[in-house]
Amino acid sequence: MTTASPRRAAILGGNRIPFARQFGPYANASNQDMFTAALEGLVARYGLAGERLGEVVGGAVIKHARDFNLTREAVLGSSLAPETTAYDVQQACGTGLENAILVSNKIKLGQIESGIAGGVDTASDAPIMVTEKLRRKLLKINRQKTTVDMAKSALAIRPGDIGIETPANTEPRTGLSMGEHMAITAKKWGITREAQDELAALSHQNLAKAYDNGFFDDLMTSYLGLAKDQNLRADSTVEKLAKLKPVFGKGEGATMTAGNSTPLTDGASAVLLGSEEWAAEHNLTVQAYLVDGEVAAVDYVHGDEGLLMAPAYAVPRLLARQGLSLQDFDYYEIHEAFASTVLSTMKAWEDEEFCTQRLGLEKPLGSIDRSKLNVNGSSLAAGHPFAATGGRIVASLAKMLHEKGPGSRGLISICAAGGQGVVAILEGA
Amino acid sequence: MAFNYGQFVSGGIGKQLATTLGLPRPTKLRRHKVGGSLIPGEVLVAGHGEAPVAERVRHLLSDAGVKVATSPSTSVAGVVLDLTAVETPADLETLRGVVGPALKTLAPTGRVIVIGRPPESATSVAQAAARRAVEGIVRSIGKEMRGGGTANTVLVAEGADAGVDATVRFLLSGRSAYVSAQVFHVAKPVGDVAAPADWDKPLAGKVAVVTGAARGIGAAIADTLARDGATIIAVDMPQAGGPLAEVANRLGGTALQLDVTAEDAGAKIVEHAQARHGGFDIVVHNAGITRDKLLANTEADRWDSVLQVNLLSILRMNEALIPAINDGGHIVNVSSIAGIAGNRGQTNYAASKAGVIGMTQSLAADKAVLKKGITVNAVAPGFIETEMTAKVPFATREVGRLMNSLSQGGQPVDVAETIGFFAWDANRAVTGNTVRVCGQMLMGA
Repeated sequence: MTTASPRRAAILGGNRIPFARQFGPYANASNQDMFTAALEGLVARYGLAGERLGEVVGGAVIKHARDFNLTREAVLGSSLAPETTAYDVQQACGTGLENAILVSNKIKLGQIESGIAGGVDTASDAPIMVTEKLRRKLLKINRQKTTVDMAKSALAIRPGDIGIETPANTEPRTGLSMGEHMAITAKKWGITREAQDELAALSHQNLAKAYDNGFFDDLMTSYLGLAKDQNLRADSTVEKLAKLKPVFGKGEGATMTAGNSTPLTDGASAVLLGSEEWAAEHNLTVQAYLVDGEVAAVDYVHGDEGLLMAPAYAVPRLLARQGLSLQDFDYYEIHEAFASTVLSTMKAWEDEEFCTQRLGLEKPLGSIDRSKLNVNGSSLAAGHPFAATGGRIVASLAKMLHEKGPGSRGLISICAAGGQGVVAILEGA
Repeated sequence: MAFNYGQFVSGGIGKQLATTLGLPRPTKLRRHKVGGSLIPGEVLVAGHGEAPVAERVRHLLSDAGVKVATSPSTSVAGVVLDLTAVETPADLETLRGVVGPALKTLAPTGRVIVIGRPPESATSVAQAAARRAVEGIVRSIGKEMRGGGTANTVLVAEGADAGVDATVRFLLSGRSAYVSAQVFHVAKPVGDVAAPADWDKPLAGKVAVVTGAARGIGAAIADTLARDGATIIAVDMPQAGGPLAEVANRLGGTALQLDVTAEDAGAKIVEHAQARHGGFDIVVHNAGITRDKLLANTEADRWDSVLQVNLLSILRMNEALIPAINDGGHIVNVSSIAGIAGNRGQTNYAASKAGVIGMTQSLAADKAVLKKGITVNAVAPGFIETEMTAKVPFATREVGRLMNSLSQGGQPVDVAETIGFFAWDANRAVTGNTVRVCGQMLMGA
């Protein structure tokens, strides 16, 4: 079934700051600093200073309590009109793409004419929490009215209560890290070390080539002295990657290394969307349309599905709704959380058993042309500041599709913590 | 903060010391203020013989609400002398008789403007000598003046008197604070001379492309052109994206990140300007780099990169920009004092900046350019206070600051103001000129 939209939501451009490795050049930059910088670059590129947009939707996966209104604060610190509304969304690594879908939906419905979707994350400027026991005891002290009662409550603190916790990349319900989860899935799908290293090397080579071609000249704004993604290793090869020791999984079968897994990263991205009328009024070129999006979740806790396999479910649902096959695309952007994520997902789509039994399809979705996959690099090379990845991909793909021409199509697939996956289709203009 | 001689001698013990020792004490220059008067005080206007230009200047002054003085007996803020009718060097007595006494009572930050005709078009040897003499006199007056005053020559071609107004206006105003001992050549206008509705917004409705706009002089150019009413397309390297965005957002313009040496840089600017702003009227080629080394030690890549960025890129971009720029537009190139006087360790830089002067002259006379009514001019900054010059070692920096008639470095805005003047539609009579913004630096011709 194809639902006719009242009107189309256009992607008009994007901007991000170069992504930095954890404790790198952005070590002292907050989420608000980075997202404001990403917004400012976008405002400058599209001449939006003083403009009231329909809304700005941002968010971060790792957030301080003080940043409850992170996106609104970033808007107020930007050159956009202060009358521009804003809100935060958090859907793990799917945040940025989910935000683009949200903004596009409002545009399609005619609720807004323009909007910015983005996200930011810092792995460096992380919040620190005290232990749960200490937190409860401190709150109790704070509740007391008299000094004596406060002192009494304070005496209840034991040495063992004292300690700090930083946010961990761990699934609360399984206690396993994302990498450990992925290692299970990679093993199940028989993803080899060589295939992963090959994908990782290609990601670096593609990203390096994109920089050389000036692809990012109108997609990026330098920040704190960084003008390129810090994680990029232009001279990366399969041979070099083969030397790294596995970090996830155990024993003989361990294949996942620091080279074929994304590093912890700081960064921010933002995408400008609008109605076609608004774009024309502002002399902006429509690069692509956000056609449709879909989100799926899998039961990785009690069921036996892999934590990062949800996009494998979301894509066929989206294809069915749009009446498209997996092969109907000019570009595929599959977020490289780990090289093995991309490879497992593609293998699942080729697998008869998976497609018929788990997806309920008549036959496998089939293969995708690897020469159309992540052609300007992806997260393994660029890095992956969780909520910022969606904006990076949407802006890059929109540009690629615009260059390819009207009617060209691109598919985005992003896996997220909590067993979720956000996917979307873009069409070139 | 680094020691600054100018500030040290402006008050307290520094002032005493400088006065006692007879050291130079720089005056705070009069700079353009939005809403301010053209010149604070009366202007003495005089001439030799018929003095047709003096008459124009009187009208101009009364239109601007400036009182015209007829004798130097009272203190005046400026002197404009029309020597277009001199026949022999003996006629120069008029200048001595008028400007001499006026200098005694000239107010601080005063202006001396002497208007003549080009010696090349003289009808007699004696007339050529007299006309050429004017330049020498004015350069000397510039060195004699105190209190932040400037002296400049304006040579008006025969039959081109109508085009002189913009130049006189610029030279009397605070916009020319750091311009002294220069010769402005006024020729027949390349298009219709159009006075702005508001002299505080002479660039209203114009779109200006400024390369190298992220920092320093480029950012000041963007600020100044925007203040005067232009919409700014701020261009710089992707590596300067952060500060470039700041400039564009501050001015409500757009940022365009590109490498000016890229093959398609000109085409990209045109595409951006047309798609986003419906075209462009002004181009300021400001982007530039230095890679200093003595010639003996200069390797090919240092040589090449400077010539590529500072000169070859402009030639290449202009191939795309000139056909696309709106008729009656203005191109302004940034040269350097090093391109005139040369500088030790800067053969590559001097080559590029002297080349800019040659390019400016030739392009201004180009048929296609003339047909579109475009002016092409250049500014050659002297010692300008920027982040770059702040890093120069103390002694060198102070010598640079003081080796000029105004005993101080210029500000980025001073360079920007001259560029702004070249971009006025009121100025279509000055083209192919290179004007130094150097406070009459002792270096160079």
